[in-house]
This record gives sequence, C-alpha cells and structure tokens, in this order.
Amino acid sequence: MTTLYAILIDGMIYASWLFMVAAGLTVIYGVMRILNMAHGSFYSIGAYTGASLVGWYFSGAQGAPYWSYALLLGAALVSGVVVGLLIEQGLLQFMYKRDEILMVIVTYALLLILEDATKLIFGVDPYFTFQPYSLLGRSEIGELTFANYDLALIAVAAVIGAACWLTLNRTHTGKVLRAVIQDREIAIAMGVNVKLMFAATFVVGTTLGAIAGALTAPAISVSPGIGVEVIVLAFAVVVVGGLGSIEGAIVGALLVGITRAAAVHLAPQIELFVIYGVMALVLAVRPQGLFGRDLARKI
Amino acid sequence: MLKLDKTEIWLVVSALVLLASAFLLPNWLTFILTLALAKALVVQGVVIQMRAGLVSFGQGLFFCIGGYSVGMGGAFLNIHDAFVLVALGVAASVGVAAILGLLMTRYRDIFFAMLSLALSMILYGLIVKNQALGSTDGFNVHDVSFLGWMPAGEDQKLVIFVLTVIVAGGIAIALNRYMKSGLGGVNEAIKENEIRVEFLGLSPRWILYANYLFAAGISAVGGAFTALATGHVDPEMAFWTTSGEFVFIALLGGTSHVAAPFIAAVLFALVRTYALELAPHSWQMILGFVLLAIIVFLPKGLWSLVAGKRRAAA
Repeated sequence: MTTLYAILIDGMIYASWLFMVAAGLTVIYGVMRILNMAHGSFYSIGAYTGASLVGWYFSGAQGAPYWSYALLLGAALVSGVVVGLLIEQGLLQFMYKRDEILMVIVTYALLLILEDATKLIFGVDPYFTFQPYSLLGRSEIGELTFANYDLALIAVAAVIGAACWLTLNRTHTGKVLRAVIQDREIAIAMGVNVKLMFAATFVVGTTLGAIAGALTAPAISVSPGIGVEVIVLAFAVVVVGGLGSIEGAIVGALLVGITRAAAVHLAPQIELFVIYGVMALVLAVRPQGLFGRDLARKI
Repeated sequence: MLKLDKTEIWLVVSALVLLASAFLLPNWLTFILTLALAKALVVQGVVIQMRAGLVSFGQGLFFCIGGYSVGMGGAFLNIHDAFVLVALGVAASVGVAAILGLLMTRYRDIFFAMLSLALSMILYGLIVKNQALGSTDGFNVHDVSFLGWMPAGEDQKLVIFVLTVIVAGGIAIALNRYMKSGLGGVNEAIKENEIRVEFLGLSPRWILYANYLFAAGISAVGGAFTALATGHVDPEMAFWTTSGEFVFIALLGGTSHVAAPFIAAVLFALVRTYALELAPHSWQMILGFVLLAIIVFLPKGLWSLVAGKRRAAA
C-alpha cells in the first residue's frame, strides 16, 4: 500500500517535471512543425542562469531568501526570451520553407552550438543551488515524507498547462494560432501575420524550456550534458501524447511519469528502458500519438 | 570474371594505397584511419536510408549491437576468432533489424527519426543498468585470433587495419552496385514520391525493409571493427549523440556517391583529432556551424564539389 502511494506521488512529481520540459517542445512543433532538437539546450541555459543568479544572491545579497524564487523565474524569462529571439530572428526564419526532417538537422546543429556555448560561458564545473529547494522544508503525507519544493512543482506544472490550454482555446490569439496550425497559407491570405506568430511561438517555447530548467536547477547539480539527457525524455513524452498537442503532453507526461515511478519502486533495473518502452509501444499502436491527428497522404 | 566500373577501380586503387601506406604511417594515424573507416561503414548504413528519404537518428543501435557482439562473444561464448565474431555481430544485428524493421517500415519523416532514436535509447537503457555488461563503463574486448593466427601487440592493430580496409573496400563495391541497380534507383523514387512508386506496382515498404536490414548489417560490421580496434565497448555506442554524429558525417559527405561517406569520415576524424587539442570546449560548436554551413551552401554535401567540377568540365 505504501509502495502504491509512493509510486503515485513520485509519479506525479516526475510527471509534472516531464510536462514542464515537454510543453515548450510541443508548442513549437504544434504551430511551426519544427521538432526542436535544441530544446534541451534551452532547458540547460535556464538551469545555468537560474543557478548562477541564485548562487550569487545567497552568497552576497542580503535580501529575503524567498526572493530567490522570483530570481529563478526572472532568469528563465530573460534568458529564454533573449536566446530564443536571437535564434529565431538570426537563423530559423530563413529556413521555414525547408523540409520537416531537415529542420530536425538544423536544430541538431543548434544543439551542438548551444551546448558548447553554455560550457564556454558557465564553465564545466557543476553548480549547486540547494537553498530554494531546502527552504520550503518537507512534509509528511501518510508514512512518507516529500520535499515541498517537489510538490510545489506539481502546482507550477498545472498552472503552465492551464495557461497554455487557455491561451490556445479561449483567447483571440489562440484562435489565430489555431488557424495558422490548420492552414498556414490560408491564414496568411486572411491577413494573419504568420511571421510574428512564428517568432512569438518560438520564444514562448524556448522560454518554457528555460523555466523548466531554472525550476529544476535547485534540485539537481547543474552540469554540462543535462540538456542532452532531457531532450530524449521530452521527445518520449511528446511523441506518446501526440506531437503538437498540449493535452497529449499532459497525458504523455502522466503515463511516462507514473510508469517510471512504478519501475523505480518495483524493478529499478528497467527504469530507463521503461520510458522508451512506453514510447515505442504507443508508436507501434498509434503512430501519431494518443492525441495526434491522422494525416492524409499527399500524392 | 568480375568487371569493375570506373568508381570501383578507384575504390580498389585507394584501398591498395591505404594498405601500402600502413607500413609508412605512424601507428596512431593507422589507428585513427581504422576507426574512421569503421565509422564510415555505419554512415553508409545511414546514407542508404537517407537516399530513400529516411533519416535514422538511431543507427547507433546496430553500431552498438555489432560492437557488443564482439565483446560478448569473447567474454561469454569463448569465441576468439575475429571473423566469427564479426559474423556474429552482423547476424545479431540483422536478426534484430528483421523484427524491428516490420515496425519501422511503417514510419516516415520525423517519426522514423524519433522511433529509431527511441529504439537505440532502449538498448542504451538496458546496457547501462546491466552490471554483467559493465554498466556505463562497458568492458574490455578479449584479444582475438585470425583463423588460428594470433599476432602479438602492435601487429594485431596492423592486422585489424588491413582487414578493415579490405572489408570496407568490398562493402563499398557492393554498395556501388546496389546504388546503380534497379532496386537502388527505386530508393530515390520512394524519396521523391512514394505513392507513385506504389502505383507502378512496387512495394515501397518491402524495399525499405530490405534497405533497413542491409543498413543494419553494414553498421554492425562498423561496430564490430570499432570494438576490435579499440579493444573496448561501452553503452555510449548506443547513445543518441553517437547516432547524431553518423547523421552529421552522412550530410557532410553527401549521399550521391559511395566514396563520399569514407572521405567525410576520414576528414571528420582528422579534424577532430586536432580540434580536440586546440579547442576542447568549442569543438562541438565548430561542428554545429559546419553543419549549418553545409545545409545552407552545400545541401548535397562535400561530394557535390567533386561532382560539380566534373560536370563543368564535361
């Protein structure tokens, strides 16, 4: 019983983390049809800026420790928007007419560049910023204790999910975006500024990635390579749910998160295997993912 | 009598030059060349699928199976003959591909790329958690013999180099024939428009299936020789960034000629050897910019420089 309990809560925590990581990826693919291999790099940029800012705050400044959360978010917002905008305006906007598969390779090149750029800027030594994590303390649920920070992440993930869904389905901008998703050309003909929409979407997507990184930073040691590990997990989640679907990313994250938590508690040796196993299984049955749309074949 | 066309004569001549140079070049250089040629074989596997429009971001799967078969054959099955070990790798790899291919041939574009990536990451996940296989450290490959002959120390490396050159040359000739055959030509038709190929009465799915098995076999040969040459295997072989490197080399060379992956792989290895010394932390960044430059300026790879000149001269 306790194990079941632990699986559920650990699964929820892991799922909310997965969702935060995957949300930006699915938003970008949904609107722009770009599978962003460099998404993990935005995660690591967010983690690095967040970790170094918070580290500086606790070592020098004499403010209330709770401000460190605002710093984390602020770091993510600024770094995500700046780097995202730079890349969209400087490179991607010239590539929109290329094949989907070629864009995968373009963003792969971006990943290589950004990985080394973060190494050059932040060095190769790990950053530790546990303060925001331990500040919230722990709480007992039943017989088990959990870090409150982890539980708070569930709430943050829920807010991000709700915000994405509401923007897309309940606002004017969302309606325009859905028009772009349906048919880019017709949307242009109707006077939609698709270039602007693309730039905005890309920046929102990269910022979501950076936020995920910054909020994860206090819980891990921020070191080179975290982005590369994260990207395949995000792929797994997004592909399970259906590329480009917010609802899909939520369900995918829950499915992968809880399955992994179950594996960790019941059969730790298959932990990594299980994540990609779920992905392969879903793809085998429903290639377009659980929430993906079927596409007609073009002649 | 085997008749060779112009490309094949060039391939044989280059192989002979490489073999002769083995006695002149320093050991470290032949070692790098061995690894580059082995890697080029894996890249050939990526290239033949790319010619049909499929980008495999998981060719490391078969690279890894080839390598681990050599290691495990020596460690657990007590097989010490290099030829048997390589054959074992190919058999294991093609066997796995025969099953996975049934699934993979249903996917195109990014779905093929993602699923191939996921499959190689599954293998990675399995190996990393397996203590008997050395977990993340991998394990050492036993010394091997060649049809009963067991050369000592440095000679062994030289023998492996010679073998790699001969095998790579043989595979290159086979690939050249395949590319020029009807089946090879259909691959490009599939890339252009799969449905029309279907209407012509061919089954794209089975052609892609054959391609997939073929690619798996060649990649396993590359993995097996890498394991023999380095004397070590580790799960990194199946990690997705390894597969990314294969895609990189494939694009660097281009897909229009059988020699292109070899040239690209050797170039890649040489540049990396120096770049890692000069700029250890910006080596990937250089790669990234080169990749972007190729996509923008040389979409058909470095080979288009050679091919373009020839056409201009004609």
